[in-house]
Amino acid sequence: MIATLNQVEVDYRGSGRALGPVDLALGEGEIVALVGPSGCGKSTAMRLLAGLEQPTRGEVSRAAGRGETSLVFQAPTLAPWMSAAANVALPLALAGVERREARRRAEEALERVGLATSRDARPAQLSGGMAMRVSLARALVTRPRLLLLDEPFAALDEITRRALADDVLALWAALKPAILFVTHNVEEAVYMASKVVVMTAGPGRIAGEMSIAGPLPRPPGFRTTEGFRATAEAVSDLLAQGMERAA
Amino acid sequence: MRRLADIAAPVVFVALLLGGWEIACRALEIPVYRLPPPSAIGTALTAELPLLLGSGWATLSTALWALVIASLCASALALVAGLNGLIEKAIQPVVVTLQVTPVIAIAPLVQIWAGLEHPERAVISLAVVVAFFPIFSGALTGLKAVDPDLERLFDLYGASRWQKLWRLRLPAAVPFLLEGHKVAAGLAVVGAVVAEFGAGSGGSQGLAWRIIEAGNRLQTAKAFAALLVLAVMGAGLYALLQLVERRALVWWRGR
Repeated sequence: MIATLNQVEVDYRGSGRALGPVDLALGEGEIVALVGPSGCGKSTAMRLLAGLEQPTRGEVSRAAGRGETSLVFQAPTLAPWMSAAANVALPLALAGVERREARRRAEEALERVGLATSRDARPAQLSGGMAMRVSLARALVTRPRLLLLDEPFAALDEITRRALADDVLALWAALKPAILFVTHNVEEAVYMASKVVVMTAGPGRIAGEMSIAGPLPRPPGFRTTEGFRATAEAVSDLLAQGMERAA
Repeated sequence: MRRLADIAAPVVFVALLLGGWEIACRALEIPVYRLPPPSAIGTALTAELPLLLGSGWATLSTALWALVIASLCASALALVAGLNGLIEKAIQPVVVTLQVTPVIAIAPLVQIWAGLEHPERAVISLAVVVAFFPIFSGALTGLKAVDPDLERLFDLYGASRWQKLWRLRLPAAVPFLLEGHKVAAGLAVVGAVVAEFGAGSGGSQGLAWRIIEAGNRLQTAKAFAALLVLAVMGAGLYALLQLVERRALVWWRGR
């Protein structure tokens, strides 16, 4: 296991319980989608795994150390004063990697997400989808063992988000990081992951989990298969039950 | 076509205003010392131009010096406050108190501290006080206006305090610093004039003194001319800094 949450609870002062208790395990090279309604603590779970927050109770363990964990947010979260290449090179620069080497690896990562020609562009000159790709390239430039994606496509239009979903799977196939993919979109979760974990409404607990059959990356037309639809239906039911139980 | 109208509209408006003013002065036979017509102001301006420009330069250089000093002090103090929340809390009330105190009210004190034989120091100090606040609050806001997720990334990648300052907070503060300086430039001129008024007669050769002097002698047209020079100067300085801001923002965000 590359990262686990063990009976983890998070309380926020003033607003009470935000998460848990929750158990979650992420295997080496595995893609797990975490689905739940807004405010169920999905993002909190992710920040715990990133080591950016500490649990009130329970235990967080990570085999991936600092520098081996990467994070992509809902917004591209790029520094507007830096070029695409400089943004991608940032994690390396902060780790003290030599300038030219950092630049070379950043350009390689940009090439991987199909943005080789935009390396000198500033974030303001990029479309939403392109900016998100830069953000992905920045997350991958350190060759992470654990990649945390916090609703990374939520702000994009349908066509762009589908294209990016396939891109992420292709990148996963090439680099094989473990991915935790947080989303509130059931179809996206089933499409992206080998395992979907469903959370109840806040404070979030695990409502259930479901293994997703089929090859990763997904073959063309996967979304229209009977299996995909049935699984998405089942996950939706689980989600609905979780919301009722909380209500 | 639209552009032409945009430019023409204010020109036509001002022309109508001046024309109406001129006609009203003549038709109602208003004494020149009470309200001079624009033509008289124009005559006074041409006649007194060298003197007024000299005084204008005195006021402008006061404002510019004040802007430079305020910029250095305010940026440095904002940096210290931005790095340490306790220091910020400690100095914030003092800064706000200084800001809300009318500068004219502290003029006599500053004159005493600067020494009565150095009125120009008092004037610059007072203008610094006025220009200080927008730069300070802009810089401090900017240093704290970092995207929290971007800061989380810096934490995740193990950035040191120094790296976070140098690579994240300072560059993020640039637009706020530019805005603060633009506002401060206009205020520095206001501050310089108010300080000249406050510093009283004799010591100062600035435009404020020209206005007082002309007023005392009932040379109202000359007072208006000095006022005109002052307004043009203030607007020019603001426009210059706006241009600098726009250029710098293009450099900062690439377009």
